[in-house]
Amino acid sequence: MFAYYLTNAIRSMRRNPALTLLVVAAIAVGIAVSMTMLTVYYVMASNPIPRKSEQLFAVQLDSWNPLRPFDSDRPERPPHQMTWRDVNALLEAGYASRQAGMFEAELVITPQGENQLPFEVSARVTSSDFFPMFEPSFRYGGGWDRQADRVSAQVMVINRKINDRLFGGEDSVGRRVTVNGREFTITGVMDQWEPMPRFYDVIEGGLDEVSEVFVPLSLTPRMKFNSAGSDWGWKPEPIRSFEDWLNSEAVWLQFWAELPTPEDKAAYQAHIDAYVMEQKKLGRFERPLNNQLHDVMEWMAYHEIVQKDVRVLVGLGFLFLVVCLLSSVSLLLTKFEGRSGEMSLRRALGANKTQVISQNLIEVAVIGTCGGAIGITLTWASLNALGAAITRAPQALFEIDTTMIVTAIAVSVCTSLLAGIYPAVKTCAIAPAQQLKTQ
Amino acid sequence: MLEMDQVSKVYRTDRVQTRALDGLCVQVDAGEFVAVTGPSGSGKTTFLNIAGLLETFESGTYKLEGEDVGNLDDAARSRIRNQKIGFIFQSFNLIPDLDIFDNVDVPLRYRGMKAPERRRRIEDALLRVGLGSRSRHLPSQLSGGQQQRVAIARALAGDPLFLLADEPTGNLDTQMAGQVMELLQEINQAGTTIVMVTHDPSLAAMASRNITLLDGKLESGGTTQLGAHAQDLACSLIT
Repeated sequence: MFAYYLTNAIRSMRRNPALTLLVVAAIAVGIAVSMTMLTVYYVMASNPIPRKSEQLFAVQLDSWNPLRPFDSDRPERPPHQMTWRDVNALLEAGYASRQAGMFEAELVITPQGENQLPFEVSARVTSSDFFPMFEPSFRYGGGWDRQADRVSAQVMVINRKINDRLFGGEDSVGRRVTVNGREFTITGVMDQWEPMPRFYDVIEGGLDEVSEVFVPLSLTPRMKFNSAGSDWGWKPEPIRSFEDWLNSEAVWLQFWAELPTPEDKAAYQAHIDAYVMEQKKLGRFERPLNNQLHDVMEWMAYHEIVQKDVRVLVGLGFLFLVVCLLSSVSLLLTKFEGRSGEMSLRRALGANKTQVISQNLIEVAVIGTCGGAIGITLTWASLNALGAAITRAPQALFEIDTTMIVTAIAVSVCTSLLAGIYPAVKTCAIAPAQQLKTQ
Repeated sequence: MLEMDQVSKVYRTDRVQTRALDGLCVQVDAGEFVAVTGPSGSGKTTFLNIAGLLETFESGTYKLEGEDVGNLDDAARSRIRNQKIGFIFQSFNLIPDLDIFDNVDVPLRYRGMKAPERRRRIEDALLRVGLGSRSRHLPSQLSGGQQQRVAIARALAGDPLFLLADEPTGNLDTQMAGQVMELLQEINQAGTTIVMVTHDPSLAAMASRNITLLDGKLESGGTTQLGAHAQDLACSLIT
C-alpha cells in the first residue's frame, strides 16, 4: 500500500501545485533558518579533537596579584595564560609525556623571487610537542623534533596556502624561507587543518584561523618574537628590553600538557603545585595555591565558547520553525479540505480511517522531505553567504556535513508529520455520506 | 440478506433536531431490484447511507446476511463496505485525475488484492459496462452516461453482495438514463441485488419491488412477500 499512498501523494501535490509550493516553502524556510543556527551551534559546541580531548589539558598557574584575583567576578579562576619564565620552567622539567607552550605572533616572510614583496603571516610560536599532541595533518614532512627546540634551530612548518604561494604547492620540505630576515628550513607542510573551535588558543573566542606558519618557541629570546595575542600584567615593573619582558610577571603564553591517564593528571597536578611552592620560596606566587588543569571540553566551557547569544539564536531559529509549521498546519488544512470529497469517496469504497490518515500523512511526509531538501539548499546558501561575509572565521564553521543534512531531513519530516496530524485526522472526521451528497 | 428493524436516525444541531428515519423496518432479499421512492426529506438517502454503513443510527437493528452490523467499529464497517457493498452515486464521484482503470481500481486497492487479480477484475468490469477500450481515458473525456457506467464498473469490480444506487440517473439525460437503467437491470438479472433510490416513478417501475418512505417511516413495500407477515407483526408490536 505504501507505493499506492506515495503515488496518490504525488498526484495530490501536483493537483494543487500553488498550495503545495506554499507548504513546502513554509517548511523549507523554517528548516533553513533553524538549521543555519543549529549548524553554527553544532560546530562551535562540537569536540574539536574527540580522540584525545580527555588527555590534553590546559595548564593554569595562579601567579597573579596577591591583592586581587585575576578575574574579580570569578575569584576562583587563575590567569588563563602563563609567564615566559613559568612556561620555560615547566618545559624544562618535562613533567608530562608531552607539553607545549605557545603564543601567537606576526612574522614577515621575504620570498626569494626578485619581484616579490615581503608579506606578513600569522605564526604560532610553540614547542615541538605541539604536533604530536594536537595531531595536525601534514601534506609533506612533519613538525620539528625536540632537539630542534633544544638548539633553537631555525626550522618551521608552513601551511598549504603559504606553500602554494612560495613553492607552487610542491614538496618544500628542506627548502629555505627568510623569516624576519633570517633563514628558516621547512620541516613540514600542513594539510587542511581547521579545528573548530581553535581549542588550543581560545583566548580571543576560538573562532580564529589556524596560523599560517609555526616556529620554535625556543627561538623567542634570540629572534625577539612579539606576541600578537592578548597579554595581561599586574606588577608594576620596568620593561626596558625584550629580556625584561621575558622575565616579567606578564602572562601571555598558553600551556598544554598531554596526560593520558588520571594518574598522570594527578601526578602532574602534584608537580605543578610543588613547582609553585618552590617559587613561593623565591617570593613569587603570593596568592593561595590555585593551579588548575582543564581538558579540552572543560576548557571550551571555561571560556564559554558556545556563547549564550548563540543558544538564544538557535532557540529563535526553532521558534521560527514552529511559526512556519503553524502556517503549514493552516495550509495543510486548506489542502486536505480541498480533497475531502476524494477522501470521503475512498472511505465509502472501503478505506478505513487509518488508511485515509496514513495516506494523508505520507503526503505530508513527502512534502516534509521536499521542504527539508529545499531547506538544506537554503541552509547551504545562507551558510555560504555568512562565510563570505565573515571571512575572519574558519570556513569549517559555515560548512554543512552529512549529520546536519540527515538531521535537517529528519526534523523536516518529523515536524511536518506533527503539523500534518491534525489536518489529516480532521479530514477523516467528516462523515463521508455528507461529503458525497454535496459533491 | 438486508434486514432493518425499527431503525431510527436523528440529525441534531445546536437548535434543531430532525428525525430522518423513524422506526424503519425494511427487508431486501438476495437477487431483488428494489427501488426506494418518496418525497424529498422522506429519509431515502439516510436509509441508503445506513444500508451502506456510511452512517450510524440511534436505535433499531440492521443485519446483513444475518450479521448484526449496527455496532461494528470503523475498521469492520469499512471492510464490509469494501467487500460486500457497491456504491453508485448520483454525481458519479469519480476521481478526476485518475484514469478510468485507476478509478475502478480504488476499492480493490483497499482489499489488498494482488495486481494481476485487480487487473483481471477491472478489465472484466469495464468490458461488462461497455468501456473496455476506454480504460486510459480520464473521466472528463467521457460523457455523463459513460462516467456513470465507470462508477457502476467500480461498484461491480469488487463482486459485491449488493449495489446501493443513489439517484443513479439523476444527472443524466433521458437517453443515457435509459441506458444506465438497462445496464442495472442486466446486472440484477445476472444475480446482483440492487437497492436504488429514485424520485422518478418510471425508473422505480423498472425495479422488481418498490419501497416508499414518508417522514422517515415506511409507507409501503418494506418487506418481501415471504417476510411481510413476520416483519409487519414485529413492527406493529414494537410501535
